[in-house]
Amino acid sequence: MALLEVRDLTVSFNTPDGVVHAVNGLNFDLEPGQTLGIVGESGSGKTQTALAMMGLLAENGRASGSVKFRGQQLLGMSRAELTRVRGSKISMIFQDPVSSLNPYLSIGEQLTEVLTHHRDLKRREARARATEMLNLVGISDASQRMRQFPHQLSGGMCQRVMIAMGLLCQPDLLIADEPTTALDVTVQSQINLLMRELSEQSSTAILLITHDLGVVAGLCDRVLVMYAGETMELSPASALFASPRHPYTRGLLRSVPRLDRDKSGILRAIPGNPPDLVNLPQGCPFRDRCEFAFNACSEHPELVETVTGRFKRCHLDALPDEETST
Amino acid sequence: MRPPILSVENLSVHFRVDISDRLFRHDYRTVRAVDRVGFELTAGETLGIVGESGCGKSTLARAILGLVKPTSGRVCWLGENLSVMDEAQLRDKRRQLQMIFQDPFGSLDPRMTVGQIVGEPLKNFYPSMSRIQVSERVSGMLKMVGLSPELINRYPHEFSGGQAQRIGIARALVINPRLVVCDEPVSALDVSVQAQIINLLKDLQKKLQLSLIFIAHDLSVVRHVSDRVLVMYLGRIMEIAERERIYATPAHPYTRALIDSVPIPDPETERRRTRRSLGGEPPSPTSPPSGCVFRTRCPFAIERCAQVEPPLEELADGNRVACIRHAEIASLIAESGSGQ
Repeated sequence: MALLEVRDLTVSFNTPDGVVHAVNGLNFDLEPGQTLGIVGESGSGKTQTALAMMGLLAENGRASGSVKFRGQQLLGMSRAELTRVRGSKISMIFQDPVSSLNPYLSIGEQLTEVLTHHRDLKRREARARATEMLNLVGISDASQRMRQFPHQLSGGMCQRVMIAMGLLCQPDLLIADEPTTALDVTVQSQINLLMRELSEQSSTAILLITHDLGVVAGLCDRVLVMYAGETMELSPASALFASPRHPYTRGLLRSVPRLDRDKSGILRAIPGNPPDLVNLPQGCPFRDRCEFAFNACSEHPELVETVTGRFKRCHLDALPDEETST
Repeated sequence: MRPPILSVENLSVHFRVDISDRLFRHDYRTVRAVDRVGFELTAGETLGIVGESGCGKSTLARAILGLVKPTSGRVCWLGENLSVMDEAQLRDKRRQLQMIFQDPFGSLDPRMTVGQIVGEPLKNFYPSMSRIQVSERVSGMLKMVGLSPELINRYPHEFSGGQAQRIGIARALVINPRLVVCDEPVSALDVSVQAQIINLLKDLQKKLQLSLIFIAHDLSVVRHVSDRVLVMYLGRIMEIAERERIYATPAHPYTRALIDSVPIPDPETERRRTRRSLGGEPPSPTSPPSGCVFRTRCPFAIERCAQVEPPLEELADGNRVACIRHAEIASLIAESGSGQ
């Protein structure tokens, strides 16, 4: 049985402008110890997917469908039950590490709280475990850091604390929402390296949400590409990067300027803008921006498995070859 | 070589910051946000400025445009010293010097229509222009940045981030400036849209013979647009070099580390890469290290790095680097054969 089973997850928000359809029938599985990357641009629904799973949607948000964690339905769970799962079996780290920590409490208090609450440890034991965990995520002078407050730490340091906090109870699943986006490149690469080591050494599965294809490439076993709240492509990472099957995936890959390629000419941008989530177009949501759109695209395509493990939502049988290789 | 249109000479911008940490103990320190920075820019050239947050790149941009007064040094525009000008004189110069900002929405007045926003610089600098002339010029400009002139009566909130940035570009270019300083113009945008804006800027630069200063933290974006690249760390120039040279064979250990830190969207490359990830984080700008400011994170630092401040040395190829060991390091790296 998969660790996490998401079926037909739909998230919508009631707003003064109408109903915003943020996530529209998402399906995916995550096996224990695996790393799945959800990639998409802003508004594609990747963050709302994670928040819905954790019962953290904004007040005007509604989630339907099914999210099963070890066979247990998370959607519609009572607050008390959710509190037992969150932080203990599933934990989450957010984009902005500094504002995710409580400014009034020392790092030590925030870390030990997790253990005294979920694991019934005595304060002394909890402190020892927390200090050990800080060492593990590469924080030097851990026992001194335990006494400090978030504002005394840099952004990269705070994110390490968040990761340590997320891993304290050895959760089965860690959800990381843009964990390195707010950090500088050199610090970003340290945190990515740390995440990779942790995923290799522990049995914690990781759901990584990001817009950065480079980060996904270094960390993920499988990748789900989201657009307008739907899966466009779901595939093992190496296959996806080597030969994307969906025009949107290929468009994304092409529009990223890359340091390892010699060209510095014109980037191949995807024309236009993502669709309005209040008035989603009929048919394929990407069709207005797709260079290969044809008649059939006015019908909404199904997500189909083309090869074992590779799914795409596109009417094209095969993506035409690139005219010139970049 | 053509004479420079902009020359920045030994420019420093210092801020006094309050570091009082207790109720009754007051203390101030000086932050050298920009410290003795000098470079030149020729007509039609694009200079990329990269560095991590807090390295002084935005302060440098503001100092170039006279938005902050330099503590010492000068900024010369076509031979005239901007640093000693008063507001009125600077205002006149801004006809030729414009800026594009990072946050496309934050930099547009939500109560003005697109026509008013893009037309405002014309009204300011060419008050004699008739309304018809203004609206013609605005429509032409919108077309040039890829927006339909029919959108002229719309408000900023009706646009996406990429479109809003196009409006910001139109506003900067409508008075035909010669130099545009772009401060992180694409970092708030999604990748697919980011590529559109980069292409647009490159295209406009060629068409209008603009000089650009392109500030970004993203090295791959900078490589795409720049002729030369300037790398900053804690307010100082670490290296300034031709684009091809700096990415192929970075001379400064910090430049090398920055390039090595960029993730590549290819699982094979990414996992094979043994990354010389830099340890630690930039030190506080209120108490920079002695000698070379980068030495506390530098894998090649030796004792001497703490004692002498490295001069920005000109190399045989005309590029400049501030590292006392750059020659040794180059041969060390050539020997180890890992030239990535």
